[in-house]
Amino acid sequence: MNDTPPNPEHQLPDRHYLSASYRAGLRSWFLTTDHKRIALLYLASVTVFFFIGGVFATMIRIHLLTPEGALVSPETYNKLFTMHGVAMIFFFLIPSIPAVLGNFLIPIMIGAKDLAFPKINLLSWYIYIIGGCFVLYSFSTGGLDTGWTFYPPLSSIYSNSAVTPAVIGIFINGFSSILTGLNFIVTIHTMRAPGMTWFRLPLFCWAHYATSLVMILGTPVVAITLLLAGLERMFHLGFFNPSMGGDPILFQHLFWFYSHPAVYIMILPAMGVISEIIPTFARKPIFGYSFIAASSIAIAVIGFLVWAHHMFVTGESTYAALAFSFLSFLVAIPSAVKVFNWTATLYKGSISWDPPMIYALGFIGLFTIGGLTGLFLACLGLDIHIHDTYFVIAHFHYIMVGGAVMGYVGGLHFWWPKITGRLYPKALARFAAIVLFVGFNLTFFPQFILGYLGMPRRYHSYPPEFQVLNVLSTAGASILALGYLLPMCYLTWSMRYGKVAGPNPWPATGLEWKTDSPPPTENFHVTPVVDWEPYDFRHRPDLGLAAGAPLAPAHGDD
Amino acid sequence: MIFITSVCVFFAAAITFAIIYFFFKYHRKTPDAVGIVTHEDPRLEVAWIIVPLILAMAMFSWGAVVYVDYRHTPSDTLDIYVVGKQWMWKIQQPNGLKEINELHVPVGRNIRLTLASEDVIHDFFVPAFRVKMDVIPGNNHYNTMWFRPTKAGRYHFFCSQYCGTNHALMGGWVIVMEPTEYAAWLSGSGGADGNPVTAGEKLFAEKACATCHLANGTGRAPSLNGLFGSQVPLAGGATVVADEAYIRESILQPNAKIVAGYLPLMPAFQGQVTEEQILALTAYIKSLQSLPAPAKGSGVAPVRGAETAPATEKK
Repeated sequence: MNDTPPNPEHQLPDRHYLSASYRAGLRSWFLTTDHKRIALLYLASVTVFFFIGGVFATMIRIHLLTPEGALVSPETYNKLFTMHGVAMIFFFLIPSIPAVLGNFLIPIMIGAKDLAFPKINLLSWYIYIIGGCFVLYSFSTGGLDTGWTFYPPLSSIYSNSAVTPAVIGIFINGFSSILTGLNFIVTIHTMRAPGMTWFRLPLFCWAHYATSLVMILGTPVVAITLLLAGLERMFHLGFFNPSMGGDPILFQHLFWFYSHPAVYIMILPAMGVISEIIPTFARKPIFGYSFIAASSIAIAVIGFLVWAHHMFVTGESTYAALAFSFLSFLVAIPSAVKVFNWTATLYKGSISWDPPMIYALGFIGLFTIGGLTGLFLACLGLDIHIHDTYFVIAHFHYIMVGGAVMGYVGGLHFWWPKITGRLYPKALARFAAIVLFVGFNLTFFPQFILGYLGMPRRYHSYPPEFQVLNVLSTAGASILALGYLLPMCYLTWSMRYGKVAGPNPWPATGLEWKTDSPPPTENFHVTPVVDWEPYDFRHRPDLGLAAGAPLAPAHGDD
Repeated sequence: MIFITSVCVFFAAAITFAIIYFFFKYHRKTPDAVGIVTHEDPRLEVAWIIVPLILAMAMFSWGAVVYVDYRHTPSDTLDIYVVGKQWMWKIQQPNGLKEINELHVPVGRNIRLTLASEDVIHDFFVPAFRVKMDVIPGNNHYNTMWFRPTKAGRYHFFCSQYCGTNHALMGGWVIVMEPTEYAAWLSGSGGADGNPVTAGEKLFAEKACATCHLANGTGRAPSLNGLFGSQVPLAGGATVVADEAYIRESILQPNAKIVAGYLPLMPAFQGQVTEEQILALTAYIKSLQSLPAPAKGSGVAPVRGAETAPATEKK
């Protein structure tokens, strides 16, 4: 059954959540209430949407090789970028880290047997799938050409594409997010193991706590807003259409009230992943634990008060613009605090070059650029010029792909041995991380320049002077695509043929590494008791490290 | 701009350098080595909160000054009307000359564009001038933007708010000319359809506006002389400034705001007039600005007058 010789030290446990001896057949997957199996259901389904969105992105980049558009008609191009956005944002990025890694890890990290509401957890996956089916129906019956932002009156009156099923799908999918957020909050509040105090919580859990707040408070607003746009389209109710007395700007306020915080739904969990990876592979406690934890909450709270920075050129009141610009600068500070603390954690560490660390450091580099270019957009005077240009495209791809997707892929590499019990080829994984980093920068950095030169977004054709940078970007995208295909291949390969990992291969300090890999269905054979501080390697003889003999005399080096 | 870029480049470079330096300097020496614990220092944390905050506030202030200046239109402007529709721009010069996807302007004048949309949201964007503004359909959004060209030449303009199939083709050229050339172009282009004021005056008669809006203020509707820019008292005690948005709304949905002392009699013109016709009517009403308004109380203030008077006294 296994080509590789069995590891002399490690064997897969006899009984674990994946093993057929538990429960057999598809039924045991589709009716499971085990958070780990539900996480894998999500893993499969978000990967499908990532693939769909990725195919659209590839076609977009090929089309933009020539100024007049190389591949498709204007109608098709408009559908491609719209469906790319909808698939990636609502059905990949928002659920990716929370519903896959968060679902799998939060109960184990806090020493619980499952989430607080296991059946609701399964329900949220089914809701996601139903929402996804509506959206796929829209994609396959006429497509969608409104832009993922669905601005009326274009979306409610003028578009001839399948808008209604798409907004219904996103509306339904919203409940999946809300239920997941609710589940996480209740779980973290009530199900922590003895000794797992709030300030011993892994930062991953803090990040997900903050994310869950945004999911619960923000998602209902966008769900209702899109439903109103759908009702306007179906029954000609005048909510947003000015010719029926509605206000198109009202839609933008409501839409961004969720959709800006949604950016934090995507990035906060990734920050949580990075906050786990950095101390593990630097083998020292994270620098500024409480500041990183507090900054997650600060981002979630201030993130709700910046939405109208998407609307600086709609003619909104100058005073409103000033306030939203000020708050947008303010929300940059907690992100900066995190970056500084991660970097400081590396200082005097014992840094390994294992693949998750390469992904995490790549994340910091890309997120830093993404965050700093956010300052350009928050700056009122500059935003007039770069608003709705490729500068914006580059900025948010640095945050969402360079940040959130790097974090997600890095997190998969970090916890893969826990999820599957097996290791992937490290050299190949390191290579893939570097390919991703290089490909990403080559794809999106030219777009900052394109945007500054004035190329508007969502253009199926462009003046010839923009061609060189577009070709560069497309070249980068082909490298980037390779960078995503590689992990898909070797991770899949490793599920069957990878070396058996053992319970704690890196080793790391979290509770999830105190149980078998893969864990048993009930997560722990006995309820764990936590008597150590987070990310402490020096008082953990169980990790088998030279804990008593650090490289140099240890003194508080402030 | 240079300040923001240099601050950002500095921080990006510093972080990248620190990461790369630590990455090699503290590379794990033996497989079981652990890092040295560095205790967090609140002073350091506060420092890297305060310093970026100060830098961010400097960026904010600069951006705010530029923005406030952009949103505050100077008074001596050359007024040009721009109507966006899927997927073209119709532009009307002050003398009524119409152009499509081209905008001719003289060097050295403040140009003020009044933006209206026939259908969806568009955005008028001139990258070379660093200006853009959304063009929004509806009653409450007559956006304006201004710029002052300093160099003759041809500059791209784009629609930068996604507006449907041919969004990418909805662009054209701003042609900046020397003032004398501009004047020659304006008069020499011939075939001007009359300036918007005349067109508006004609419409005013055609649509029978004049039967109620008598100039001397004795009609069933208020006189429009001296209206533009003045404070209009509304039924219920509020007042409103008679700007373009108010006039537009009063044409399309007259019952939204009723002038104190008058009855809601006027029919709604929603769907009856095009954006261009509204602009022409507005131009005509603006041209009446210099005429003296009829003396207060000369109107037939049959019903509402008695109600509004006490309300104003209270204030």
